[in-house]
Amino acid sequence: MQHYSGFGLVKHGLSHHENWQRMWRNPVPKSQYDVIVVGGGGHGLATAYYLAKVHGITNVAVVEKGWLGGGNTARNTTIVRSNYLWDEAAWLYEHAMKLWEGLSQDLNYNVMFSQRGVMNLGHTLQDMRDIHRRVNANRLNGIDGEVLDVKQVQEIVPIMDCSPNTRYPVLGASWQPRAGVARHDAVAWGYARGADALGVDLLQQTEVTGFRISGGKVLGVETNRGYIGGKTIGVVTAGNSGVLAKMAGFRLPLESHPLQALVSEPMKPILDTVVMSNHVHGYVSQSDKGDLVIGAGIDGYNGYGQRGSYSTIEHTLQAIVELFPMFSRVRMNRQWGGIVDTCPDACPIISATPVGGLFFNCGWGTGGFKATPGSGHVFAATLAEGKAHPLAAPFSIDRFISGKLIDEHGAAGVAH
Amino acid sequence: MLHIYCPYCEEYREEEEFRPKGEAHIARPAEPEATSDEAWGDYLFFRKNPRGLHHEQWYHAAGCRKFFNATRDTVSYQILETYKAGQQPTVTAAARAAQAAGKGVAK
Repeated sequence: MQHYSGFGLVKHGLSHHENWQRMWRNPVPKSQYDVIVVGGGGHGLATAYYLAKVHGITNVAVVEKGWLGGGNTARNTTIVRSNYLWDEAAWLYEHAMKLWEGLSQDLNYNVMFSQRGVMNLGHTLQDMRDIHRRVNANRLNGIDGEVLDVKQVQEIVPIMDCSPNTRYPVLGASWQPRAGVARHDAVAWGYARGADALGVDLLQQTEVTGFRISGGKVLGVETNRGYIGGKTIGVVTAGNSGVLAKMAGFRLPLESHPLQALVSEPMKPILDTVVMSNHVHGYVSQSDKGDLVIGAGIDGYNGYGQRGSYSTIEHTLQAIVELFPMFSRVRMNRQWGGIVDTCPDACPIISATPVGGLFFNCGWGTGGFKATPGSGHVFAATLAEGKAHPLAAPFSIDRFISGKLIDEHGAAGVAH
Repeated sequence: MLHIYCPYCEEYREEEEFRPKGEAHIARPAEPEATSDEAWGDYLFFRKNPRGLHHEQWYHAAGCRKFFNATRDTVSYQILETYKAGQQPTVTAAARAAQAAGKGVAK
């Protein structure tokens, strides 16, 4: 792998940047792998990277039906935070946060992780009680967090309408200074480059059409490029997880919904943090390019179409304009949708399945991007050991039978 | 924006008047005391979530406030039929397969 550095940039400048090495190979599939990861998004690529790096398992294939990082990795609003209420979720997301903090150095790839802080607004007395409870829970778990009153909110975001005259006045907020945003595509590309350098085969335009299962154990995957054998298979396919589970002969407690986001025209710097509001239901940050990145809730109906209804984004923009009246004149540039796999308790599933050797990492719903490094790290351990990593164990599929749910729905500022 | 025909109002109305309420035709276990944890978990949490035809409940929240059912394609989002609560769908995956097979014979 070609090492990236400032010196390298100057050196390549002398040859007009014409001799950069390709970031990854485009290999022909082998007939047999130790581990196959189905899904080449951020989580799948991170899984492959940590399998090779941490566990020394390099005979690994990542099978992707489209191109790397072309699904929800390319469609999210890039927010990274770890202020979850319940211990199990907080530990998992904080594990990811710690990996984010050293990720660019680890990958030798600038993921543009910017710890500009995330603010979750409270608009009602109950919002504020929940914020106090969550911040206290976070601090007990060693996660940074503060409760801000409306004056402190106004100091951090002067352009927000914090007056008492709005329909849902801002009463305060929770504030996680270590949270922020990262460049979503760079995360996928950085992990892909790192995994490829360690010997992982990244197989693009290879769609899984079925599993070969014998005696309750998985043997490999059928693809549009032929059969590929794998001793252990990890499925990380977000919105299409239910479809793959059906191929393997079982069901998951997931429903797939469209989640939309949109960006504005680029502007000069105006917002240097991330503002989220569950109550009026919208969130906004400004990218380094200058466009406002805006998102909100899912469309309520099930859908696989990677698009949603206009009324949903209209409601989102109503909330944004309510909070930021000055944005009412900003023109929106692009709008899109992704398919998120929502779980009944708004927590992921990282689990063994009824089929031996087949593991699923799914159900991240509307908030998977922030967990990318942690998800890949614990799922790699799970695949390598054949049993759940301690941080992943509470996220077993069995919780939907035992009733031991990790109910983050609404508890942790989960945008739903 | 979906345009949805309410079988009670007998009119097409805009999507914003309605709320989707998830998979239809889910029967509550008849004997709760005798139902296993697996069956309860299945009833509460496990949904078909198909890529294709989906029979689902809708609620006419800003209209007649009645629940009804719809058959909708989850990829194209096209609504193929709506029908009153308690009725059975006429557009189903099985019916489509039979129709396709029938056409094949006729040709």
